Amino acid sequence: MITIDTISKKYGKEVVLNVEKVEIPKGQSFGLVGNNGAGKTTLFNILLDLIRPTTGLITNNNIVVSESEEWKNFTGSFIDESFLIGYLTPEEYFEFIGDLRGMNKADVTAFITQFKDFFNDEIIGKKKYLRDLSKGNQKKAGIVAALMGNPEVVILDEPFANLDPTTQIRLKQIIKNLTENKEVTVLVSSHDLTHVTEVCERIVVLDKGTVVKDIQRSEETLKELESYFAL
Amino acid sequence: MHFLKLERKQFFRSSHWQKGIAIKILMAFFALYFIVIFLGIGVGGYFILKKQFPEQDPLVLVNSFLLYVFLGDLIFRYFMQKLPVMNIKPMLTLPIKKSKIVHFILVKSSFSFFNIMSLFFYIPFAIVLIKQGYDFEGVIGWLFTMILLVQSSNFLNFLINKNSVALGVLVALSVGGYAVQYFQLFNLPGFVGTGFDFIYQNPITVFAFVAILAGFYVVNYKQLRNEVYLDALVSEKTKEVIASDLSFTDRLGDLAPFIKNDLRLMWRNKRTKSSIWMLAMGLGSGLFFYTNPIYADIEVMCVLVGVFSTGTFLINFGQFIPAWDSSYYNMLMSQNFKYERYLKSKFTIMTISVVLLFVLGIPYVYFGWDILAVHFAAMIYNVGVNSHVILFGGTFNRKKINLEEKAAFNFQGTGAVQWLIGFPLMILPMAIFGLINWLVSFEIATITLGVLGFIGVALHKNLMAAITKKYIANKYIMINAFGKEA
Repeated sequence: MITIDTISKKYGKEVVLNVEKVEIPKGQSFGLVGNNGAGKTTLFNILLDLIRPTTGLITNNNIVVSESEEWKNFTGSFIDESFLIGYLTPEEYFEFIGDLRGMNKADVTAFITQFKDFFNDEIIGKKKYLRDLSKGNQKKAGIVAALMGNPEVVILDEPFANLDPTTQIRLKQIIKNLTENKEVTVLVSSHDLTHVTEVCERIVVLDKGTVVKDIQRSEETLKELESYFAL
Repeated sequence: MHFLKLERKQFFRSSHWQKGIAIKILMAFFALYFIVIFLGIGVGGYFILKKQFPEQDPLVLVNSFLLYVFLGDLIFRYFMQKLPVMNIKPMLTLPIKKSKIVHFILVKSSFSFFNIMSLFFYIPFAIVLIKQGYDFEGVIGWLFTMILLVQSSNFLNFLINKNSVALGVLVALSVGGYAVQYFQLFNLPGFVGTGFDFIYQNPITVFAFVAILAGFYVVNYKQLRNEVYLDALVSEKTKEVIASDLSFTDRLGDLAPFIKNDLRLMWRNKRTKSSIWMLAMGLGSGLFFYTNPIYADIEVMCVLVGVFSTGTFLINFGQFIPAWDSSYYNMLMSQNFKYERYLKSKFTIMTISVVLLFVLGIPYVYFGWDILAVHFAAMIYNVGVNSHVILFGGTFNRKKINLEEKAAFNFQGTGAVQWLIGFPLMILPMAIFGLINWLVSFEIATITLGVLGFIGVALHKNLMAAITKKYIANKYIMINAFGKEA
């Protein structure tokens, strides 16, 4: 589904990302871990064509992301709060994204009701603007918006950060359901090793911009990761 | 003091400091211009008044105008002066007394541009008075009263800030004062003026104004002191949603979601809300030019007023496309829509505004049918030419806009390009009109403007395609620039 081909990003002389070749097949749940500055967000930003790589290409469903915009039709993403429109209410924001993704009002309402538990009564009907919600609640709205319009690829940067424990558990369930039928490819980055190993079947470790580990999940994965980062 | 150090760093390290040199130079020129004018009036004012009204005392004359000066000053401040702010959040947990933070903020505001400016008038004027043999102590008392009153206005403004009732009172006082004077019921400004005369005669009264200033300072201090808490700042922020039904925009088809957003953007953010006053100013600009005999015979002025009054929204809103959406530009760029659709929604909003403002400006027909005709041509010109020019100018936008800040004199989001683009928008049609009016006739000049507009409308598709290309080419640079805090 997604091919990362010798992607590198340099700022001046500093190399922040240098990834040889990574293939992500359709329906895989792909986890990206690494310390601060490892290049996780940079990689996602290149994948979304928000910054240009210095060298290399990324293809998303055989579309080179920097050359055509067709990938936007089937890719949903949430990177950070800057993806939210602060002066809208969550409902209006969902309606806006829904409009762009070809959903009518009824579709949007039906879609949103699925997430009643996830929202835990803190998002819908609150008469608050997104900018006035707490970080965690903003994140909930952003994640759900990324799932609108049946995307085939979902990209979430640090989705577990700022969420309360209950919501973290619910989010893990949502991600698992997404990849259940091997139809949706999910890319998740996180600092939390437990969460990633739980939801992702494949985990890639980035360090200073390069891939240092690329493992299929097994019983030992969590231990392996913990011992790697314990250094 | 370390606060000053922080302020200095904030100023010089803001990411557009280097790029913003052009604006800073322009601002410096404005400031210099005002300083020279004030100095000129300050030094020459006495002699001018003496010459114009030889039988009256210039000081008494000035005093009888001071009511308007201070009311005008307060109204001006209401729109232009920002509340003194400082990023206090990181300070709260440090071992710094809260009172110190508040004092610093207040004292800093004393040195604002608005307070310094008028000194360039009062001080030279006072020196001239002394030179002319006025009582030394009296003049000094008067001068200090002025300085204290300017400072009091400074703090009074913070107390009334954003309170439209207070603004109403100020405007009512000015208009009412003028009215009762005009109908010779009561000379209110003159009455206030005699108060100032009294100060000159009894300079000791200056201490009363020290007490007034101290009073305002203390009230400000108490108010701010209570807000040096996170929850005070936060609780102020969360307001109930004003939701309005915007389904009427659905008729605009696939542009509707963007247009809905832009309407909400305008209603719900401080920055855009305070621009609404600019609209009133733009629409009313004709009242200033057409009633002023100096401009009555200059026909080109109709074009200026026409373009400006129908295009204020176009200019105010258009020049910050796409910076209005800068805080979530990343998200927009990863959504599936054609860029052209986004730009088209902006174009549609601007077009609607131009037509609407023209309709609101129809009463200008009072000044003559020819004026309305020019306005009509200017409207077409705005839709056909200026809207495209301004969209094109948007591709040079590199500054993030913080929607939460007030607008007037807020140059965030402005770059040299935004100033440059203002010129062709107004000067070009004026030049074309002026030239043809001079060579051929008024009618042909008016028609030419309209025809230019129609040509722009006819070429709309091609122009938009070219503009869209430019936006896409600049995408990464804009994403990068909008990601930086100003």
